[in-house]
Amino acid sequence: MALQSLDIQARSATTTPVPGVRETPDLAKLIDISKCIGCKACQVACMQWNDLQGEIGHNIGSYQNPHDLNDTTWTLMRFYEVEPEANRLEWLIRKDGCMHCADPGCLAACPSPGAIVQFSNGIVDFHQENCIGCGYCITGCPFDIPRLSKKDEKAYKCTLCSDRVSVGLEPACVKTCPTGAITFGSKRDMIEHAEARIVDLNERGFAQAGLYDPQGVGGTHVMYVLQHADRPELYGLPKDPTVSPLVELWKGIAKPLAIATMAFVGFASLFHYVTKGPNAVSKEIEKEVEKEEEEQA
Amino acid sequence: MRRDPRDLVRYTAGQRANHWIVGISFILLGMSGLALFHPAFYPFALLFGGGTWTRILHPIFGVVMGVAFIVMVIRFTRHNLMSRADWQWIGRIGEMVNGNDESMPAQGKYNGGQKLMFWLLLLCMLLLIPSGIVLWRTYFDFPVEWVRWAAVVHSATAVVMICLIFVHVYAAIWVTGTVRAMWYGTVTRAWAKQHHRTWFEEVTKLKPRSE
Repeated sequence: MALQSLDIQARSATTTPVPGVRETPDLAKLIDISKCIGCKACQVACMQWNDLQGEIGHNIGSYQNPHDLNDTTWTLMRFYEVEPEANRLEWLIRKDGCMHCADPGCLAACPSPGAIVQFSNGIVDFHQENCIGCGYCITGCPFDIPRLSKKDEKAYKCTLCSDRVSVGLEPACVKTCPTGAITFGSKRDMIEHAEARIVDLNERGFAQAGLYDPQGVGGTHVMYVLQHADRPELYGLPKDPTVSPLVELWKGIAKPLAIATMAFVGFASLFHYVTKGPNAVSKEIEKEVEKEEEEQA
Repeated sequence: MRRDPRDLVRYTAGQRANHWIVGISFILLGMSGLALFHPAFYPFALLFGGGTWTRILHPIFGVVMGVAFIVMVIRFTRHNLMSRADWQWIGRIGEMVNGNDESMPAQGKYNGGQKLMFWLLLLCMLLLIPSGIVLWRTYFDFPVEWVRWAAVVHSATAVVMICLIFVHVYAAIWVTGTVRAMWYGTVTRAWAKQHHRTWFEEVTKLKPRSE
């Protein structure tokens, strides 16, 4: 998708340095859930900018539409009716989509060179022309974000509008948000902005308001201001997301260990042959068998 | 075909064909699987028409091997039941590997090492087939935690199986006169007497000279 090529920080299934001479500032999108009114303008802007039109779905008794993220829905307003305290209903609305992790599980899991890249500004982007459709990115993701298309068997997700950002524009969802709930800028500025919002929310009775920038995945380039930051599960967010230890094992130590084991067995066989020689039938037994035959004849 | 009318038949044509189907599909699976496992082996994907074709074909090879392997297990299980003597043979495998096989206990159609190989390969397949199904996203959609477990089990088991097959293939090359049994099904009498004396005695009793 993206146009940049000299500011790559990490590239899937690649063990040598990647084109990265160009440094770009660490960027982030901040989503302030306390300011969101659930209008879905961001969802529409995302479809419009990326030119994606999903199939018409069914109403399942919720404003949430479509029901889940899919290959043509890269951001989705999720609606939660919860009671953080007894008899105090809150309608929490969260814009779901890729978190653009600093330590992306999708990229670690991807077996296809260059199908997933991470730019130095923090954007994690899928390059569908290199995608082989295995779905390992889904296995690696701690946030359940990538979706395999049934149409072309490629994986899709939010690009953080890498195409717009590369030419100095903000992502489409940020541009369209009518309440200013979504802001975009350097990660440091976004954290500062969030801190001011949290002070404001604390004064308004949300003592546990805070920033969601989970460190288990190295921090994220999409962050939330949550009214109840102590209970992210209320918003359908994992409390302490990390790349699964199983994925770390599979994509970490297992790889060099496997090569070492296979190489050891292969070379051990070769050198066994070279040192011990073939296990040939002994001349004695050959003679024995010949003798038996002569006797029988 | 017998090179010598006195050669002993070790495998029927059906058994050989069965083994070749397993063998060929194993090689295709190993190469396509390694391409998906480690970037060092990604160039193998070119042999299958690129990464996407590799992803499409790998599980189909898996179905072929799974079926052919099950048929082979049905054919050969009764020859691979382990006895106390087999464990004794395995206990003395060091002598065998050292090339001093003269005093090894007499063996039937298969020695203890071959039988152990049979059961280990079966165990590998019993782990690879279900974990492979869980990973097959084109047709299945399992909970992500299952898929994570399957990825670890499938790749670890595959590496173990590749190592076992290295040993299996090397043993066949090392013991001169073995590979021909895979090609045309026969071995020489001297080969049988040296390596599988009990089997040699059984088959030569059943098939007297005047056959």
